[in-house]
Amino acid sequence: MTLQGTCREIGEIVVVDFSGKITLGEGSSMLRRTLRDLIEHGHRKIILNLYDVDYIDSSGIGELVSGYTTVRGAEGELKLLHLTKRVHDLLQITRLFTVFDVRSDEEDALRSFR
Amino acid sequence: MLDSVDLAESIVMRVAEASGFSEEDIHKIGMAVREGVINAYNYGNQQDRAKKIRLTVELEPETMRVLVLDQGKGFVLKEVPDPLAEENLLRTSGRGLFLMRAFMDDFEVRTGPGGGAELVMVKKLPGGVSGNGRA
Repeated sequence: MTLQGTCREIGEIVVVDFSGKITLGEGSSMLRRTLRDLIEHGHRKIILNLYDVDYIDSSGIGELVSGYTTVRGAEGELKLLHLTKRVHDLLQITRLFTVFDVRSDEEDALRSFR
Repeated sequence: MLDSVDLAESIVMRVAEASGFSEEDIHKIGMAVREGVINAYNYGNQQDRAKKIRLTVELEPETMRVLVLDQGKGFVLKEVPDPLAEENLLRTSGRGLFLMRAFMDDFEVRTGPGGGAELVMVKKLPGGVSGNGRA
């Protein structure tokens, strides 16, 4: 399934609920466009809810990293929520689990912003 | 190109499934192949659509071997930057080879007949399953 995302705003925070695959091509592009658009519209507190993303390849990981550095460069915060086991394991073995702020509970994620 | 990547992944996953691998191992094998073919296209063949990538799947008595051969100039595995190094963690690319090595039981890069890189990925067959075929 191609990547689909819907945005929810909770105060200053935007939660993007993703579903599908983040892989080379449309999935990675969609993630990139979504984050770019959010930044351009002034959003600086972003949660990527990956509850329904069970497949991410190295291109998708690259886009997550790119998104992280872009948001951070705009003095914002990007958090990941509800990682599936496969995505969780991928971030673990690539040491990116130490880079991203990963949360398993949405309320906790919302409260964690500075 | 993306259709070819998906096709390669799909073909190998079907062979893996028929060989009795678990769902998780099938997923890992598929991902490794995916990363290998993408690497072959981007780095080996330099995105030249006129160049080919050869995918071979071999079933041996105890292992499944997948070979991905490009028509590039080859490369030395140990010269590829380590994506786990602190200075490379925030790079947006460079994890494909690492993932192939992580997902397969054995991995090597050798020089193909025409000078291109041949990725050799090996996964031990599940216990009690043997094969003797080439695809």
